[in-house]
Amino acid sequence: MARGIGALRRRAVRWEGLLILLILVVAGLNSRLSPYFLDGTNLLRSTSDFLELGIMMLPMVFIIVTGNIDLSIASTLGLSASLMGWLFMAGWNIWLAAALALLVSGGAGLLNGVLIARMRLPALAVTLGTLSFYRGLAYVLLGDQAARGYPDAFAYLGQGTLGQTQVPFALLVFVVLALIFGLVLHKTTFGRYLYAIGNNEAAARYAGVPVARIKITLYVLSAVMAALAGFILAARYGSTRPDIGTGLELTVITITVLGGVSIFGGSGTMVGAVLALILVGILRFGMGLVNLQGPVQDTVIGLLLILSILLPWLGSRLAARLEWRRAALWPTAGAVLVALLFGLFFFWSRGLILARP
Amino acid sequence: MVANTEAPARPRGRLVQAVVRFREVGILLFIVGLSALVSLRSPAFLTPSNFNDILLNIAILVIVALAQTLVIITRGIDLSVGSMIGLTAMMVAFTVVAFPGLPAPLVVALGLALGAALGGVNGLIVARGGVPPIIATLGTLSIYRGLIFLYSGGTWITADKLPPSFREIAKGTPLGVPNLILFAVVVAAAVYYFLTYTRTGRDIYAVGSNPDAARFAGIPKERVVFLVFLISGLLCGLAGVLWASRFESAQTNTAQGFELQTVAAPVVGGVNIFGGSGSVLGVILGAFLLGIINNALTLGQINPFWQLAVQGLLILLAVISDATIARRLQGLLTRRSR
Repeated sequence: MARGIGALRRRAVRWEGLLILLILVVAGLNSRLSPYFLDGTNLLRSTSDFLELGIMMLPMVFIIVTGNIDLSIASTLGLSASLMGWLFMAGWNIWLAAALALLVSGGAGLLNGVLIARMRLPALAVTLGTLSFYRGLAYVLLGDQAARGYPDAFAYLGQGTLGQTQVPFALLVFVVLALIFGLVLHKTTFGRYLYAIGNNEAAARYAGVPVARIKITLYVLSAVMAALAGFILAARYGSTRPDIGTGLELTVITITVLGGVSIFGGSGTMVGAVLALILVGILRFGMGLVNLQGPVQDTVIGLLLILSILLPWLGSRLAARLEWRRAALWPTAGAVLVALLFGLFFFWSRGLILARP
Repeated sequence: MVANTEAPARPRGRLVQAVVRFREVGILLFIVGLSALVSLRSPAFLTPSNFNDILLNIAILVIVALAQTLVIITRGIDLSVGSMIGLTAMMVAFTVVAFPGLPAPLVVALGLALGAALGGVNGLIVARGGVPPIIATLGTLSIYRGLIFLYSGGTWITADKLPPSFREIAKGTPLGVPNLILFAVVVAAAVYYFLTYTRTGRDIYAVGSNPDAARFAGIPKERVVFLVFLISGLLCGLAGVLWASRFESAQTNTAQGFELQTVAAPVVGGVNIFGGSGSVLGVILGAFLLGIINNALTLGQINPFWQLAVQGLLILLAVISDATIARRLQGLLTRRSR
């Protein structure tokens, strides 16, 4: 068992080393693309695009380590930001509105947690339902309206910088939270319990780990962090529409898995996840420098996600020196042919329309 | 009528069968009750033309939800369906604009081929590469959506550029019923036959209900998993053609977020999210219920923004009732066997 954990740890270290290497490579490329990349002000300012993702990623690491998932975070973000905006437009004090929205989000997380932990329903199905439900409530509140006109003190959450420096306030919030979450995961009994649940939930339960209570805590935590991310996002935009943050859950999960947290639970480190966040951040920054559109940037991130799991697997197969089977010849040839045909058609048909004046 | 797991003699088999049948009857009653309520409030609801509208609205959903069901039965999920629909819709629309004279069967075949290629990639990554389905298709969701942008350069194909014959693929009524509905009926019948009466169809249930047992029984799990993703792509290709034809446009955000509904319909229709069970009839009823609720909200002049929230509640209700009924029945069965 001790050897198993040692091997896992060595693997995690190797993974993190690879992420650092990738970060350095991308940073090198970026600074060749633009002399402004390594400018401190620029770098710091560009971090603010990723802080909401980072804040939601922290509890997501916990949840995925236990072998569960939360698809509803972006909708909880939307619900909390919309509720706050709706109350604010109705004349409430912004901080009071935010406090109530935070409380309601906690309730939303509690509902997820109780359904998953107490009623033992599948996390994927439950949070898919609440993804739709919470986002729906956000639409019911704001409809086609947008809440705006937030006071400066609130806007500071998303736009403010620390004193005379260029360090965004939200970056400080993220760093502090990341330290706390990292310490809890790696240095406390609670953190060990999360790995225990992820490795073998039944065994953890028999060993006296309060599985249900821990899961409920995680989902409440996840929802509260999503609400916080929602406030920061709303403050940064200066307005709230009910579709705020739609689809962010997929990016958050992508980053978490890219960080080496196993989707099956039981392994992963906070350092890896934060490194993956940085990698995705500077990769997007670089792609922005060469004017790639957002969805095209997503393509690269998606490719990275698949390769991050596919390549180690391929490597281990090559290392095992599996001999080439003749039976694999035809399927492989077929796949290459189909890919070739698809690619040819892709560029040919594209040219037919786009080449026209 | 119910397609089900391998061994009906085992308590689990009987249990699953009972849950599925209970669910189908339950949804049917729910639909009847809801229809009665809505028609009290709005007489326009129970008319043939409105019924036709509902069917038109859910036809594409039924096709893709059935594809999703095949994947879910093998314990997988295909999150990339929306992006596959969007990409094939865009590529087919481009081709049709370049060649307005292209006969309809060829256009449909092109969509099927493109979709199958995309689904095949998913299948290879999951079945051969050993990447978990949720991660693999999360990746291709982004990749295929990005390809739409790379392909179209951000341009949209609008109704005025598309030839009238293209519109007829979905909207034409050569047999008295809109083609769109016919496509859905044919797909549903084919999937039903495939799942119930073919060996491969039974293998799909076997792989989902007990992968280890399936392996010992000599079922080629890799090939089955590859196949369901291939079929999912194929049907998304068809859906892409129908989507572009019905809405007479192809946009960079076509079918974005559609994956949610395609998972919702099977879950509401009693397909177990952990694989191994689910029936074609249940999925169709699930899609029909989602369609009827959207229609009722519109006709009942209820704030249309409730739609998403109601859909979410339905999913939760379905999951909760599944678990509760299963536990009750489990209790009954164990008591009886003692």
